[in-house]
Amino acid sequence: MATNRQFTCKHLLRELTDYLDGSLDAGMRVQLEAHLAKCPNCWVVCDTTKKTIQVYKGVDPYPLPEDVKGRLMKALQRRAGQAGQA
Amino acid sequence: MIQSDSSPAVTDDLELVSLARRGDPDAFPELVNRYQGKIYRLARHITQNEEDAEDVLQEAFLKAFAHLDQFQGTARFYTWLVRIAVNESLMKLRHRKADKTVSLDAPVETDEDLVIRDIAAWGENPEQQYGRAEMNEILTRTINSLPASFRAVFWMRDVEELSTEDTAQALNLSIPAVKSRLLRARLQLRDKLNRYFRKQGDHGDQSPVHV
Repeated sequence: MATNRQFTCKHLLRELTDYLDGSLDAGMRVQLEAHLAKCPNCWVVCDTTKKTIQVYKGVDPYPLPEDVKGRLMKALQRRAGQAGQA
Repeated sequence: MIQSDSSPAVTDDLELVSLARRGDPDAFPELVNRYQGKIYRLARHITQNEEDAEDVLQEAFLKAFAHLDQFQGTARFYTWLVRIAVNESLMKLRHRKADKTVSLDAPVETDEDLVIRDIAAWGENPEQQYGRAEMNEILTRTINSLPASFRAVFWMRDVEELSTEDTAQALNLSIPAVKSRLLRARLQLRDKLNRYFRKQGDHGDQSPVHV
């Protein structure tokens, strides 16, 4: 990875989370983006990290099964019934 | 109470909590309908076990229902519920692993977490390289290989899109701890997914970069 005097690859990794979340302040963002334009490796790290987040947003690995939903409602009904009798 | 198909016109969680406290039979089921899927997924991610996740789901909602009076209303209802579910999930993990030290705030970071080992470009739409079932399997196996605290933070921040503050509150972590775990979780997942999504023929730059 290349380095420049103002903003290095180490800086990029430290600021990456805030940058991807859009919470980096404007001055720092300009420096980070200038570094990305010059450093192909950091560009790849940033791009693939962004894609990592995207692919996870697109899946539901654990959909809630209907029978689990049904048992939850029954458990709540029982508890509500007990509370009503108390 | 409990007619799961009912759908009150109330949209605000706090109002539903208030109605449930006053005995409205439809209010709590509406809250359950809103959040049961999210709580189940979170519990599956932390416990990595189907039965435990169902137990956590039931316990979380039963406890929330029993302790509605203790809900202060200063946090979001969902954040409060997540906190209960996370605690229940950790109890399951401790029980299953017979490890009393499982926690989300144990120091898990090492310098090794911030080493980028493999830099290879990915295609434009990595999700289209695999069928839906295969993609689910790859992503599930990969996230399950992370430490529990990384899984929880990544899932809550990046998939469920909770704010850093809400995640910190729900997991009883500081804001810097959430940010640090999120960065490490993202980088570790990226690193592990490289082998599936890298462009054909791109072997990348293999020289480790330390931060």
